[in-house]
Amino acid sequence: MGAHATTPHDGNATAALSPERVSALSDLLLRLADDELVIGHRNSEWTGLGPILEADIAFSSMAQDEIGHAQAYYRLLADLGHLPPDRMAFLREATEFRCASLVSLPRGDWAFSIVRQFLYDAAEHVRIEALATSSYAPLAALARKISGEEKYHLLHGRTWMMKLGSATEESHRRMQAAVNELVPHALGLFEPTPQDPAIVRLGIQPPESLLAAEWHRAVEPVVREAGLTMPRDPKPAYGGRAGRHPPALSELVAAMQKVFRMDPAAQW
Amino acid sequence: MTATQTGSDAERRIWEAIGAVTDPEIPVLSVVDLGIIDGVSIADDGGVVVRMLPTFVGCPALSVMREQIAAAVHRLGHGDVRVDVVFDPPWSSDRITEDGRRRLREFGLAPPAGACGGVIESNFHAVPCPWCGSRETDLESIFGPTLCRSMHYCRACRQSFEHFKPVG
Repeated sequence: MGAHATTPHDGNATAALSPERVSALSDLLLRLADDELVIGHRNSEWTGLGPILEADIAFSSMAQDEIGHAQAYYRLLADLGHLPPDRMAFLREATEFRCASLVSLPRGDWAFSIVRQFLYDAAEHVRIEALATSSYAPLAALARKISGEEKYHLLHGRTWMMKLGSATEESHRRMQAAVNELVPHALGLFEPTPQDPAIVRLGIQPPESLLAAEWHRAVEPVVREAGLTMPRDPKPAYGGRAGRHPPALSELVAAMQKVFRMDPAAQW
Repeated sequence: MTATQTGSDAERRIWEAIGAVTDPEIPVLSVVDLGIIDGVSIADDGGVVVRMLPTFVGCPALSVMREQIAAAVHRLGHGDVRVDVVFDPPWSSDRITEDGRRRLREFGLAPPAGACGGVIESNFHAVPCPWCGSRETDLESIFGPTLCRSMHYCRACRQSFEHFKPVG
């Protein structure tokens, strides 16, 4: 038997899981993984095209974080019996993804990407803090680790919101347009799924509605301080958690999977 | 060489072997000085398990380091080696040893400030320049060429340098 570096199979954590718990966990983990993978891909689309070098590096670095987080979530899914991460990322059809529409939208202009990232990271922060005390130990440990890294994304987002929110008439106009368009999609991150009651009952995560309210409380003051206003009575853009996606996701998935699908058996 | 030795002698040799493995992105820094080795255990049947904490979840050097660690232990004669990536405890930059911090400085990478305060902006201003020691330095970008680095400029000696980001 030779030396081998393997991914850990936390047998203790997964052995005694009821089918109900496995379903609840799978539902949540798939949403988290798909969100991170897709926004990671979107952010990588800025590589080489950022308005200034540091901005380019920022989105590239955050993309690397996000794809790494996606991989970690897919590994937790694999421990529950799902396909390995590469197959989840590169061999599923777009309709099988469970990401929210917020991450599927094309990157738009710089203001659009900054606002999307800010809203997304604020949501992730709320969710990650809640998951740090999840009843599922492997997820709680991963959440605690991710939390330390996410703080850099939050700092970046906040800084740019302040910079652009009321810098010039044009920046203000673009930022406000982005806020108006993106807040409904951000609310889609908290779309409840049929598993939401089980997820809550089993102590895996608090209800989506609670997280959505916390998100709003965190985001609104920053938007205001940036000289912008939140849309009044935004209608949440649901559907992503049920596999109904904007056409942009199909394009993203096709581009992202193209190379892998040429030879799924290839060793990279 | 058989893998029948257990106990502190064999464990010490394993730690030594692992200490020769370096971070591929910071070749002067051993994975031990980086503080990513949480523990080494040898089972009764001689199987070795190394517990490894990723610096950043998305670190692309992770698989390379795991392979090199496994190979280093295997070369000692242990046939059954496993390197487990674990997130508990979460790696913190506070785990970098004093030796590691010195080597970072010599390499031109400013070592991280304490991570217990979390990501706070004051950790990034006036970072001591690893080339000349001056604190007349500016943060150029909180992100850098790798997940673990930010980019700075020293007004005293007029050189750029990188800084290992505090993570906790």
